[in-house]
Amino acid sequence: MEKLISEFSSGLFFWQTVIFVTLIFLLRKYAWKPILDAVNEREKSIRDSLNSAKEAKKEMENLQAENKKILQEARAESDAMINQAKQSGKDLVEEAKSDARSEAENILAQARTSIENEKRSALNEIKNQVADLSIDIASKVLEQELDDNKNHQDYIDKLLKEKKFDK
Amino acid sequence: MMYTKSRSFFLLLILLSASFIHAKEEEKTQTIQEEITEYIYHHVQDSHDFSLFSTKDEETGKKKYYGFPLPVILIDEGIKVFMSSKLDHGKKVVESSGKFYKLDHGKIYETNSEGYISYSDDGKITNAMPLDLSITKSVFSIFLVSLLMFFLFTSLAKSYKENNLIAKGAGRFFEPIVILIRDEIAIPSIGEEKHKRYMAFLLTVFFFIWFLNLLGLSPLGVNVTGNIAVTFGLALITFLITNLTANKTYWKHIFWMPGVPVWLKPLLAPIELLGVFIKPFSLMIRLYANILAGHIVLYSLIGLIFIFKNLVGSSLSLVLVFFISMIEILVALLQAYIFTLLSALYFGFAVQEEDH
Repeated sequence: MEKLISEFSSGLFFWQTVIFVTLIFLLRKYAWKPILDAVNEREKSIRDSLNSAKEAKKEMENLQAENKKILQEARAESDAMINQAKQSGKDLVEEAKSDARSEAENILAQARTSIENEKRSALNEIKNQVADLSIDIASKVLEQELDDNKNHQDYIDKLLKEKKFDK
Repeated sequence: MMYTKSRSFFLLLILLSASFIHAKEEEKTQTIQEEITEYIYHHVQDSHDFSLFSTKDEETGKKKYYGFPLPVILIDEGIKVFMSSKLDHGKKVVESSGKFYKLDHGKIYETNSEGYISYSDDGKITNAMPLDLSITKSVFSIFLVSLLMFFLFTSLAKSYKENNLIAKGAGRFFEPIVILIRDEIAIPSIGEEKHKRYMAFLLTVFFFIWFLNLLGLSPLGVNVTGNIAVTFGLALITFLITNLTANKTYWKHIFWMPGVPVWLKPLLAPIELLGVFIKPFSLMIRLYANILAGHIVLYSLIGLIFIFKNLVGSSLSLVLVFFISMIEILVALLQAYIFTLLSALYFGFAVQEEDH
């Protein structure tokens, strides 16, 4: 300790303190302040840029979401339209089909009725013709065998009545 | 940086070997161990001239110094200025306006025309000493480092303006360190809003100590931060800043510690008051002792090479020197960091608010 004190150089202490304090003040003015200011400013600008980038990203995401939404809506709308078209097509076909069916049925029914009528009239005609023919034939046969006999005629009528010509 | 440092050490080895080999051949009375001790002692001291190395004249046995003289400034009934070459390493008496001065073991004494030095019974010199404000080797080195710092950091500051807030040039290397000191030392220790006041000191002291430590490891062989006067100066400034910027809370914590029983408060006050002085004192001693010890160890290991004088021992010493010099480069940074960090912590205590 004694050696430390005896070797203490007051001249060195003096100069060191003077130079060091001067250096602090000079550097504070010409170096540290501008350096720290520049660093702070740079950090601020980096922070701002990052923030604005984040905001832009957010905006972008919003836009994208909106686009997606619009797309979805459009798709739903088109789907609905297609479905509707399909449905109306189907309905149209169904209607046509049922129309056709009923038409066909009508035609068929008409045909059937006319066939029935035709058949009936044909049968009647046939009946009449057969009756006439039978009478003709019978009268001719009987003419030869009999005279125009009332009894015979009655008998034949009775026979004809017994014979049903229904179908 | 590492590379140039180690190269510097090889240069230093060559320089040292030149002087040691001469010594061995010429001076029979002084053993090599004594010479190494003297050399180390001489190295760790400040000196009045900037000598790089010395040789001995083979015929006359006189030492020849290579280097340059520095101005000697004495305050002794007026200012006396002369170059240190006049003192001739203590061999000559210098006359300046009627007074005679002589250099003895790094100190300038007032003497008579014959250069008489009187000793007391216990071997101490009793001659009067003028106030010595010489530009010594250390002062010169401090000035050099300050100049370097000034140009380095002002150029860094300018480069921001010229280059759109991006550092350019040699200063760019130091920008991350400036930010590190702000973010890792100043803000955590002092606080976000109050650290700005102390940044100038913290940055200056960090680079000042670091650069001087590194300069001390260069073959110029200066030992500035291992000098108690320098570390005292630095610690004194920390002490002054701490106590001059301290707030009420700080003084209250010293003289009337809150949160302890009343009877304990007067007992704590002297301890706390002592702490005020011990803190900067520890800063002073820590830096001084670390750097001085580093220099002594390094020089002793270099000296070992010449004591062994065989291939195995000397090369082993060389490896050790290399290893220790790597450690010393780390210590150079570490001590600057510790000094700065502790200063910041003391400032932090001084401006702490009540609620902390």
